[in-house]
Amino acid sequence: MTEPLIRARGLTKTYGDFIAVDGIDFDVAKGESFGFLGPNGAGKSTTMRIIGATSVRTSGTLTILGKDPEKNGPQIRAHLGVVPQQDNLDSELTVSENIFIYGRYFGLSSSFINKKIPELLEFAQLEEKKDTKVEALSGGMKRRLTIARSLVSEPDILMLDEPTTGLDPQARHILWDRLFRLKEQGVTLLITTHYMDEAEQLCDRLIVMDKGKIMAEDSPAQLIKTYSTKEVLEVRFGSDRNQEMVDVLRPLAERIEVLPDRILLYAEDGEQLLEQIAAKGIHPNTSLVRRGSLEDVFLRLTGRSLVE
Amino acid sequence: MMSTKIRKVSKYGSFHVAEARIRNMLKWSGIVLFEAVINPTLYLVSIGIGVGSLIDANNGVNGVSYLTFLAPALLASAAIQGSADEVIFPVMQGFKWNRTFFGMRSTTLTAQQISLGVFLAAMARAMVSIVIYWIVLYLFGALESGTAWLAMPAALLAGAAMAAVMLALAAKIENENFFFTLVGRFVMIPMFLFSGTFYPLSQMPIFLQVFGWVSPLWHASELGRYLTYDYPLSGLQLSIHVVVLTAMVVIGLFLSARIFAKRLEK
Repeated sequence: MTEPLIRARGLTKTYGDFIAVDGIDFDVAKGESFGFLGPNGAGKSTTMRIIGATSVRTSGTLTILGKDPEKNGPQIRAHLGVVPQQDNLDSELTVSENIFIYGRYFGLSSSFINKKIPELLEFAQLEEKKDTKVEALSGGMKRRLTIARSLVSEPDILMLDEPTTGLDPQARHILWDRLFRLKEQGVTLLITTHYMDEAEQLCDRLIVMDKGKIMAEDSPAQLIKTYSTKEVLEVRFGSDRNQEMVDVLRPLAERIEVLPDRILLYAEDGEQLLEQIAAKGIHPNTSLVRRGSLEDVFLRLTGRSLVE
Repeated sequence: MMSTKIRKVSKYGSFHVAEARIRNMLKWSGIVLFEAVINPTLYLVSIGIGVGSLIDANNGVNGVSYLTFLAPALLASAAIQGSADEVIFPVMQGFKWNRTFFGMRSTTLTAQQISLGVFLAAMARAMVSIVIYWIVLYLFGALESGTAWLAMPAALLAGAAMAAVMLALAAKIENENFFFTLVGRFVMIPMFLFSGTFYPLSQMPIFLQVFGWVSPLWHASELGRYLTYDYPLSGLQLSIHVVVLTAMVVIGLFLSARIFAKRLEK
């Protein structure tokens, strides 16, 4: 059994009275794609900054590659690729120049970086933009450049904080495809997200965080199996009638959640449940059967939605 | 045992930051060079020759022509202005506009290396401005003494003092509107006017001379005058000027590293 790449025990970060990260434990193995799922303010980004050796933990222990980031910050950062939530590219420089100077920050030689640039541009699908100033790029291109830039030092661990927030669906899918390739190449990925689909697509294993604490930890499939049902039936009766239907529907489903605009009924077979409801003479305005998701897991664990 | 070998970290981080800063500056090199030539020419023609002809008709200042008196102060002032610009704007860009410092901070660089790198790049820029300015002064016949070339390192020291202090201040004051109002109106312009740039500081009532004593421009102008014509300064006066400017560099850089570290931890 090899030592995990990252090991956290009782990791805590407080700002005055506010507890951002509240004594969390987790291990990340080499080559794993590990996710932090939770709403804004759950403590995901703070955790990432502590792992990234740019923020100092208040208490607990943390080792990355067997070293303490508090004592060996620069050495650990030499192994990390960081994609922050907010892009921090130099907008006055070109695409290639941004990769170049970033490599120089690591102390890499010009010849090494110049050999690396075409490969990274191809990866980020930015070959045609290599001499374009960054300020002229679209949001999706900037994200891809930020990822390409973070790979210039050939990191062992790539850390992505909300990588697709603010991107349109097409740009997100391109990005997911690129990240999937990295995963296949054996790069350890650390991803924070509040998008359940992103977590399901990219993560082998994830922790669900809320208010600085870990609510659950497992693979996406196993989390869904444990905390949700195979299928979910969503019904709408109109906002004024949803509440009064709850008591009638409750005995029929394994579990029931009432949201402001709809009722979620948890069942192994959604269609069958819908037929049972119809047989009782109940006809919702709209109904939809879908499979259980991480959104349901989060709802179950916290009583709240991920995206509020 | 870990299978991954821990990588070595470059010791020259601040030079890597300076390199990137200079790369960024080169995008503006045309403007920088134009400014470096035009600024001194405008001052020398308007004030040096225009005002100077009136003063020289009245026996000049300190027994030399007004142009000779003014030249070292203008040189130091250009160094100070150029250095200040070259730390203030990068700090705004680095922490706020582009957040590039946060990008640097996620590499092997430390906060101290980032702040020092910005400072070093500003010094490179100041050096270019100083050399050009000095040549223009020389061509106008404003530099008499054989040690006049030493006015260049003296001006660079003044630029370094200003850059180090501004680096700390620009990093500390997070509200940029407040910063520009404060520094532009209440530091830069008064400093330019009250540092004995255009007249000997001793012409001012003593309570106004205080502004000169804390101003890097006054210390550098005094040094420059000593070096460019036979302006009398005692050994003690000389040492005070050098020590004050050096202290500003050291304290400014020390505080900058601390403020950068604190701000980059967020």
